[in-house]
Amino acid sequence: MGEMETAPKPGRDVPPKKDKLQTKRKAQDPFPGPAPVPVEVVQKFCRIDKSRKLPRSKAKTRSRLEVAEAEEEETSIKAARSELLLAEEPGFLEGEDGEDTAKICQADIVEAVDIASAAKHFDLNLRQFGPYRLNYSRTGRHLAFGGRRGHVAALDWVTKKLMCEINVMEAVRDIRFLHSEALLAVAQNRWLHIYDNQGIELHCIRRCDRVTRLEFLPFHFLLATASETGFLTYLDVSVGKIVAALNARAGRLDVMSQNPYNAVIHLGHSNGTVSLWSPAMKEPLAKILCHRGGVRAVAVDSTGTYMATSGLDHQLKIFDLRGTYQPLSTRTLPHGAGHLAFSQRGLLVAGMGDVVNIWAGQGKGSPPSLEQPYLTHRLSGPVHGLQFCPFEDVLGVGHSGGVTSMLVPGAGEPNFDGLESNPYRSRKQRQEWEVKALLEKVPAELICLDPRALAEVDVISLEQGKKERIERLGYDPQGYDPEAKAPFQPKPKQKGRSSTASLVKRKRKVMDEEHRDKVRQSLQQQQQQQQQKEAKAKSTGARPSALDRFVR
Amino acid sequence: MNVNRVAESLLALSQQEELVDLPKNCPLSENEDEGDSDRERKHQKLLEAISSLDGKNRRKLAERSEASLKVSEFNVSSEGSGEKLVLADLLEPVKTTSSLATVKKQLNRVKSKKVVELPLNKEKIEQIHREVAFGKTSQVLSKWDPIVLKNQQAEQLAFPLGKEQPAIAPIEHALSGWKARTPLEQEIFNLLHKNKQPVTDPLLTPMEKASLRAMSLEEAKMHRAELQRARALQSYYEAKARREKKIKSKKYHKVVKKGKARKASKELEQLQKVNPTVALEELEKFENARMMERMSLKHQNSGKWAKSKAIMAKYDLEARQAMQEQLAKNKELTQKLQVASEIEEEEGGTEEVEELLVPHVVNEVQMNVDGPNPWMLRSCTSDTREAATQEDPEQLPEPATHEVSESEGERPVAEEEISLRDFEERRSLRKRSELNQDAEPAGIQETKDSSSQEVLSELRALSQKLKENHQSRKQKASSEGTVPQVQREEPAPEEEVPLLLQRPERVQTLEELEELGKEDCFQNKELPRPVLEGQQSERTPNNRPDAPKEKKEKEQLIDVQNFLTTQSPSVRSLAVPTTIEELEDEEERDQRQMIKEAFAGDDVIRNFLKEKREAVEASTPKDVDLTLPGWGEWGGVGLKPSTKKRRQFLKAPEGPPRKDKNLPNVIISEKRNIHAAAHQVQVLPYPFTHHRQFERTIQTPVGSTWNTQRAFQKLTTPKVITKPGHIIKPIKAEDVGYRSSSRSDLSVIQWNPKQITTRHSKELKKNSVG
Repeated sequence: MGEMETAPKPGRDVPPKKDKLQTKRKAQDPFPGPAPVPVEVVQKFCRIDKSRKLPRSKAKTRSRLEVAEAEEEETSIKAARSELLLAEEPGFLEGEDGEDTAKICQADIVEAVDIASAAKHFDLNLRQFGPYRLNYSRTGRHLAFGGRRGHVAALDWVTKKLMCEINVMEAVRDIRFLHSEALLAVAQNRWLHIYDNQGIELHCIRRCDRVTRLEFLPFHFLLATASETGFLTYLDVSVGKIVAALNARAGRLDVMSQNPYNAVIHLGHSNGTVSLWSPAMKEPLAKILCHRGGVRAVAVDSTGTYMATSGLDHQLKIFDLRGTYQPLSTRTLPHGAGHLAFSQRGLLVAGMGDVVNIWAGQGKGSPPSLEQPYLTHRLSGPVHGLQFCPFEDVLGVGHSGGVTSMLVPGAGEPNFDGLESNPYRSRKQRQEWEVKALLEKVPAELICLDPRALAEVDVISLEQGKKERIERLGYDPQGYDPEAKAPFQPKPKQKGRSSTASLVKRKRKVMDEEHRDKVRQSLQQQQQQQQQKEAKAKSTGARPSALDRFVR
Repeated sequence: MNVNRVAESLLALSQQEELVDLPKNCPLSENEDEGDSDRERKHQKLLEAISSLDGKNRRKLAERSEASLKVSEFNVSSEGSGEKLVLADLLEPVKTTSSLATVKKQLNRVKSKKVVELPLNKEKIEQIHREVAFGKTSQVLSKWDPIVLKNQQAEQLAFPLGKEQPAIAPIEHALSGWKARTPLEQEIFNLLHKNKQPVTDPLLTPMEKASLRAMSLEEAKMHRAELQRARALQSYYEAKARREKKIKSKKYHKVVKKGKARKASKELEQLQKVNPTVALEELEKFENARMMERMSLKHQNSGKWAKSKAIMAKYDLEARQAMQEQLAKNKELTQKLQVASEIEEEEGGTEEVEELLVPHVVNEVQMNVDGPNPWMLRSCTSDTREAATQEDPEQLPEPATHEVSESEGERPVAEEEISLRDFEERRSLRKRSELNQDAEPAGIQETKDSSSQEVLSELRALSQKLKENHQSRKQKASSEGTVPQVQREEPAPEEEVPLLLQRPERVQTLEELEELGKEDCFQNKELPRPVLEGQQSERTPNNRPDAPKEKKEKEQLIDVQNFLTTQSPSVRSLAVPTTIEELEDEEERDQRQMIKEAFAGDDVIRNFLKEKREAVEASTPKDVDLTLPGWGEWGGVGLKPSTKKRRQFLKAPEGPPRKDKNLPNVIISEKRNIHAAAHQVQVLPYPFTHHRQFERTIQTPVGSTWNTQRAFQKLTTPKVITKPGHIIKPIKAEDVGYRSSSRSDLSVIQWNPKQITTRHSKELKKNSVG
């Protein structure tokens, strides 16, 4: 039972051997058995927290734990094996020896790459309708942008096919795709509007008024809106209900981003703090003092480990979100960054005036090092919106001169999950996915700082229940020790002898006897210890002389 | 241990008691006539004689037969007074008296004999019995422990528990694509072909097949026994028939005949309705009987009896009636039946034509009719007995013979006939398959001696019944063995491939597990402490979170101001954003920023610290002062309650340390998310005693989002699989490889204590009597 399986047996995963006759003729297999799996890769998929010590457990419990661990190992090995199927590799940009990659301009990159990739770099000159906000859909296939002067457009940016283009005749603050590219939320001057991909207005949500920023939580189907009035509102787009409207009590809200790891909303405030919000709580989960001035931009990376903030104090900071909330690196920028964004692979982009700077880390999962920028690019106008395109090495920049799509090698995740977010999916597939995603919708109240808290026991309720049970039953059924002696209960005797006094007397007698036994035992122990001590003292004392043997 | 010893001693004791019983009871019963002292004395003597027979020297108690003044315990008597005293006796040296020695011996024996222990009281004994029984039962049941454990720990259980027949591919499948190439192989194949050995499809040689088809040994034995029984029964019947034939009572025969006639007529009527052809034969027989009657002088009132009756008839009414009856009988018998004759005429005319049209069976019957009287052939039954292929028992009616053999019991005969019929059919079928060519001559022969056949068939029927009884008994005996066998065989042919084995071979999806996995790996490790690049020297050592533990308190005093005002390297090498081209509104915004920057500063930090202090205060539980001044002591202005009293304050318990205790720039809410808690596990399942143990078992996600398809299917396999439409029987010893002896073991246990208790009750009775 307890045997751990380190590798699947040969019969299962390896294709079965062919005829014996054939194998005999052939030479021996140079790589017998299943292919080895690197330990680090397996470790990546192990989820049992073995750092915490367990209390001593019974044999039955131990066997269950062993089963769980064996299961984990087996599944993680299987997952590690399937890594082989992630065939695509991320792009990269390398300068010739000593050359700064930041000096390589877009034109050079476009020249170097293949035509299909080169087509991904384009500029939309839309000077008429002011600075643009933009948003890519989750699959990375569609792009929506809205200009401050009312211009809203959505297009399949790969084929450059326009889906819709309208003017809402109102200031557009922000724009965001909902769960699929078919729905579009636009934060307009008064209210929040929802359009479909034909540009038809489907809803006007008046409860969300004067919205400045939008965020969509795809697994919860929640649209989070931050408003000028200081309210953070969560709208469940699957049922059209407002789940929570939270008053941040920090004035106008215009800095917002989501943590993709745990769906917590980060709000930047003018008093230099960033507050973390969940729809289940009326107060912020945490408040971090980041800057001396107001916070201008916040971004959280896709693993939920790092948060980048920039403030009015012209500083750019990267915070660790894993419990400590301490800045890992700080950099002062000449004008401060107005907009920040993380890419899927952890590149950080900052929009400063009409320049965008991109920093890269050592690899995936490491914070971007702010020493040297990876790429820089100057745009035709000040930056107003930034987003990396998912699954593409493309950065979309909305600015006052229109929209620019620039190439950033190594930004996007090379392998996509065909069942989760497939850029090439058909309409039918999208509908299928939509149903499945709705079935797997996560309840809004489950949003908390540690999403794995659900795999933990509610200790407080557990303790409470235990206490109540003990109170109800008069004893602890779980801590019941079958070998423990039951307290002495005098048996009823014949008539006349079973008076309360005599019962008490008998009880007292037994108790005294037990007490005496205990005292006797402890005395014996003490004596033994003393004897041992004396014996030790004797043995360690002066060496016995040769004449001692004659002593009688 | 102690209990067992007590039980053993108890057993031994009860046995002893039983042994002692016999001699004790005897004298008691004989003591009824006490008055007669002489008889009693004699009896005493007899007893002594008997007791001395066992060889041991028992001390004889001298009997006093004369009156004496001195009656002592030493039994001095003058019994030997008649003998003369010899001088030689006096000359002998004085010896120690033997009687005293024997007494000593007896005393010693008594001393050495242990006192029998007092029997235990009833409750105690019952308790011992219970304990012993419990021990045995638990021992018997303990053999199931490993199986129960195995089943509890098994990942999956499949029901019903029948052993799956391993699907072995037949050899012909394996050989289908294979041909003999080498000369050796070819030679072997040639040999096989020559000897008619099967090469591919039929795995058995013709010989083997024949032997398989042949009767098994058991069947043959049964067959022989059946024949033996039939022979024996036939001899019984023959003897019976002979005995009946010898009966001389005329009245008896008359009654028998009458009964037969009545029955025959009844049957004829029925036959005419049901089977006209058979009825025809019957009529034929009647015709024969009529002819016989006409030829004979029976019922003509010419016999001796009739003549005597005729004399008496004048005076006796009864005699006259009897005569008339006889005449009427004659008339009845000699009267020609109209219908029957007509049919007969037709038959006579078209006999040859009918031979072609009428089925074979009918022809045989006709032959039967034409043949000699079966009564004549009775003697030759023995030689035709064996070949017994009866085509249709219905066609051998012969009511007369039937009546003779079965005059007493008509009902049983009918029953036998039915059972006999199917039996014969079965037999005939079997025989026919064996000897197809012999069938017809045998059939002809059979029909000739149908009467003997009938007897035989009846015998067979009887034997069949006997056999059936026997078999039913056998079946009952072996039902336990056969039934499970049948059921075990049942699921085998279906060979249902479990659904789980037919896993869809889907391409495994690429899963975005990287982030999750990474997160988990890192979460457990020591969190990387924040490091400010290049500015570490400027920071105070207290500021570094890496500081040792002793400085924790100091650490809490980290200056937030310090933390925020650390100088960070400014970027110079960057492409500086152009400010010349900025739009007007941008410029405006920039100005606003400048103002904000100017006003930003210390108050931000101060505000934050204040906020944090408030949050901490709000979360810490408050002390409650419950002292009542003036109670139990002096009260009044300027008097304070004593310290002892003040100690009775309800001091609020100190909660767990705040998560942000050492993080000056963070306020982490201590409020519990009750909505999320509703989704968490709140009760620990059985084998777990600590929540952390259980948490370990649920930390691995099960869904297909986080696992490969194979792993997902394995993680979600049901614990128990049942085949629909199958009866799930409780587990049996045979299923897990034990002999089915558990039952007998248990029965022993149940039987034992009862016996002991009965003995014990005997003992108790004796105690109360004695």
